[in-house]
Amino acid sequence: MEKKLYSITAIYSYPNDIIRAAKTVRDAGYKKFDVHTPYPIHGLDGAMGLKETKLGFVTLAAAIVGAAGMISFASWVAVVDYPQVIGGKPYWSWPAFVPVTYEIAVLLAVLGTVGAMIAFFFKFPNISHPLHDTPYMKKVSADKFGVSIQADDEQFDEKKVRELLKSAGGEVEAVYYSEEFLTFKPQTFDPKFIVLLAGIALATSAGGYLYFNKVLYLPPFDWMMMQPKVNPQTMSEFYADGFGMRLPVAGTVARGFIPYPYALGAKADSVGKFLVNPLLPTKTTLDLGKKKYFTYCSPCHGNFGNGDSRMNGQFPNPPTLHSDKVRTWPDGAIFHTITVGQNVMPSYQYQISREERWAIVNYIRTLQRAYNAKESDLQ
Amino acid sequence: MSSTVLDYTKEIPVIEGLPTAAALDETIVKPINDFPQRRWFIGLAITGTMLMIGVVSLSWLLWKGVGVWGINQPVAWGFDVVNFVFWVGIGHAGTLISAILFLLRQKWRTGIARFAEAMTLFAVLCAVQFVIFHTGRPWLAMAWLFPYPNQHGVWVNFTSPLEWDVFAVNTYFIVSAVFWYLGLIPDFATLRDRATTTIKKVTFSILSLGWRFSNRHWQHYERAYLIMAGFATPLVLSVHTIVSFDFAVSIIPGWHTTIFPPYFVAGAIFSGFAMVQNVLIITRKAFKFEHLITMDTIEKMNKIILVTGTIVGYAYIMEFFIAWYSGNATELFVFVNRAFGPYWWAYWTMMTCNLFTPQLFWSKRIRTSLLASFILAIFVNIGMWFERFVIIVTSLHRDFLPSSWGMFVPTMWDFGMLIGSFGLFFTLVLLFVKFLPAIAMAEIKAVIPGAQPTHHGNGASH
Ligand code: HEC
Repeated sequence: MEKKLYSITAIYSYPNDIIRAAKTVRDAGYKKFDVHTPYPIHGLDGAMGLKETKLGFVTLAAAIVGAAGMISFASWVAVVDYPQVIGGKPYWSWPAFVPVTYEIAVLLAVLGTVGAMIAFFFKFPNISHPLHDTPYMKKVSADKFGVSIQADDEQFDEKKVRELLKSAGGEVEAVYYSEEFLTFKPQTFDPKFIVLLAGIALATSAGGYLYFNKVLYLPPFDWMMMQPKVNPQTMSEFYADGFGMRLPVAGTVARGFIPYPYALGAKADSVGKFLVNPLLPTKTTLDLGKKKYFTYCSPCHGNFGNGDSRMNGQFPNPPTLHSDKVRTWPDGAIFHTITVGQNVMPSYQYQISREERWAIVNYIRTLQRAYNAKESDLQ
Repeated sequence: MSSTVLDYTKEIPVIEGLPTAAALDETIVKPINDFPQRRWFIGLAITGTMLMIGVVSLSWLLWKGVGVWGINQPVAWGFDVVNFVFWVGIGHAGTLISAILFLLRQKWRTGIARFAEAMTLFAVLCAVQFVIFHTGRPWLAMAWLFPYPNQHGVWVNFTSPLEWDVFAVNTYFIVSAVFWYLGLIPDFATLRDRATTTIKKVTFSILSLGWRFSNRHWQHYERAYLIMAGFATPLVLSVHTIVSFDFAVSIIPGWHTTIFPPYFVAGAIFSGFAMVQNVLIITRKAFKFEHLITMDTIEKMNKIILVTGTIVGYAYIMEFFIAWYSGNATELFVFVNRAFGPYWWAYWTMMTCNLFTPQLFWSKRIRTSLLASFILAIFVNIGMWFERFVIIVTSLHRDFLPSSWGMFVPTMWDFGMLIGSFGLFFTLVLLFVKFLPAIAMAEIKAVIPGAQPTHHGNGASH
C-alpha cells in the first residue's frame, strides 16, 4: 500500500503556545494549514487569520423563508382554499397566524443553520479523512493542541515546515495516508447492497400482502367499522331481553307522529271518507309516488296497476286497480288498504312513510285517469 | 471561603480542584466504558416496571378508548392534559439552562447543561404522548394535528391555540434535539478516539459525523451555537406561553386571565429546575461527579427555584385579588371554590409545596444542604403537578350552569399512565447516563482554570 504524506503536524500543550504557533504559521505564509483543539480557544481565529463566519446569513435567509412561507400558507388556507368563519372574525385574521409563523421561522432558521453548517461548511459526514485514527487526532481530541500544515500547500517543503513547527516549541510528527483509505466507500452505498435491500423490501411486502390478503383473508383495518354502538338487528348484552333494538316506551308516541286510528277490520271505503289526502298531484309528489309504486306495489299489481304481474297464478291473483270499485273509492280507502293491508295483501305501514303512501295514492289516481281518459283529457 | 463577604471581583471556579483535561475525560467517560454498577440495574428494574405499567394502561386505553379514564362532562380534560402541561413544564429547564444561561454567560451551567437538555427531550416525549392519546383515535391524529394536503380538502385551524400548541411543542422538540446533538458532536469524537470496542468505535464514528476538532470548524460551530441559543431563548418562552393560551383564550372562569403566560413560564422553569435538581443530585452522587457539579451550582439552582417559586406564588395571590377586585361574581366564586370547595386539598397542597416550602431556601444552610435541596425539589414537583390539576379540574368542575356541575374521579388507568410516564422518563435518563457523556466534555474543558490563553498568545508558556 503506497503511503502519501498528508501533512506535518506538531503538538503543543498550552493554549498560549498554540496561539503563538498559529501566528507563526500564518506569518510564514502558509495557506493550507489547520489548528486542532479539544475545545474552542479564544483568539485563535484571529491568530489563524480566519475571516468572520458567514453562517449568520444562512440563518437570516432561512428565517425569512420560514416566516414568509408560513404566513402566506396560513393566509392561503384561511382565505382561499378553506375559508371558514371562526369566532365571527374576518377570514384573514393575521394576528392569529403569528404564533405558527414564529414557530416555523425558528424551526427553519435552526435547521437551516445547522444543516448548512454540517453539509456545506464542514462537508460532513466524512469519516475517512487522513487525520482520522492517527495518534495526532487522539491527542487533540483529549487535551493537546495541534497544528497541521498540509503537503499540498504551495510553499510546502518538508524540512522547512518541520523546522518552523519545532521552533515554535512543538512535538513534530508527519501524517501519512493511503489513497485507498480516502477513496474507501462504506459498503452501504454499494449498488449491489442497495439492490439487495430493495429486493428484500419488495419480497417482504409482496409476501405480506399475499399472506394477509390471499391466505388469511384478514379484513382490512377499518376502525370505523368497529364501533361500540348497537346496529339494527344486533344483539345487546346490556338489555335483559338481549334485543339491541328497543320498542318505544309504552303509552308514548314519537315526535311528529300521529297514530293510525283504524284497525285491520275496518272497511276501506267507510273509513276512507274520514281521511283527507294532504298532497296535491304535483310533479314532485307524482314522481315520488311512481318511484314508491314501482318499488312496493308493481311486483303484485303490475307496472300499470292491471294486476298482470308475474305473481299471477302463483298467489291469489292481485286484483287490478282499474276496477270501478277502486276508481270510485275515496283516496283515503286506498291509503287505508296500503296502511293495514287487505286479506292476503300485507300492511305496508312500516315500510312506506305516510307521505309516501299518499304520493302512491296520487300516482294510482293518475294511472286510473290515463286508462280511462276522458275526451277532454286528450285535448 | 473564610470571610462572609463575597469578593465579586473574583469569579468562582466552575469546578472544584484543578483536574487536567485528560482526568476530566476519564471521569466523564468512565460510566460509559465501565460495566454498569449493580444499583444502575436495580434502578432500571424499577423504572422499567413503571414503564410497563404505563404500557399496559396504554394498551387498555387503545383497546377500549378514552372512556377508561375518569374524564367525562363537564371535566373533559383530566389527567391527560394535567400530565401534558406538567411534563412540558419540566421540559423547560433544559433549554433555559443551555440557551438563556449561555447568553447570560453563566459559566456554572456547563456542568449541568447536557444533562438538563437530555431531560428536556425526555420530558417533551412524555408530554407528547398524552396529547396524542387524549385525541381518542391517535392513529388519525396526524390528520387533525398537521396541515397536510388530504383528499377531504380540509385544513387545520391556524387561529386555534391548540394548533399553535402543535407547532410550538414540535418545534421545541426538534430544536432542542438539534441543539443537544450539536453539543454532542465533539464529545462523540472524543469517545470515538477513546473507544474500547469496535462497536463503540463504529457507532461513535458515525455519530460524530467525522468531527476533527479543526479550528476552521470550531469557528462556525461556535457561531451556530450562539445563533441557536439566540433562537431557543424566545422559543422556550413561547412554548409555555402558547400552552397557557390553550386555557387563557377560552372563556372558562379560572382560565380566562391575562396573567397566564408569564405565570405559566415561571411555573415551567420552577418545575423544570426542581426536576433537574432531583436527577442531578442522584447522578452526581452515583458517578462521583462532585467536583464537576459543585455545591455552588446546586445552590444557584436553588436560588432560581426560590425566585420562580415566589413569582408563581405571586401569581396565585394576584389571581385571587383580581377575582375579587374585578367584581365578577363568577370569577370570585371559582376562586373561593378552588380554595374551599370540594378540591380544597389539591389547592392547599399546591400552595404549600410551591409557595411556602421553597421559601426555606432563603436560608443558606438549607440552600447548601444536599438532602434539603433534594426533598424540597420533590415538594416542588408535587406542587407543580397539583397546580395543573387545580387549574384544569377545579375550573371545569363548576361550570356557569349549576345543572352541569360534576366531579372528576381518576380511575386506575389514569394513574397507570401517570406512573408510566415517570417510568419512561427515568428509564430514558438511566440509559442516557450510561451510554452518553452526561457532562459536556468539550465545554467543561474550556472552563477549567488555565484552559484559555492568558493574553492572546504573546506571553510565554506556563
Ligand atoms: C304481495 C302482493 C301485493 C303487493 C306487493 C301489493 N298488493 Fe295490493 N293487493 C294484493 C292482493 C292479493 C289484493 C286482493 C286482496 C283481497 O283478496 O281482497 C290486493 C288488493 C289491493 C287493493 C284493493 C283492490 C280491491 O279491488 O279490493 C288495493 C287498492 C291495493 N291492493 C293497492 C296496493 C298498493 C297501492 C300497493 C303498493 C303499496 C299494493 N297493493 C301492494 C296483493 C298485493
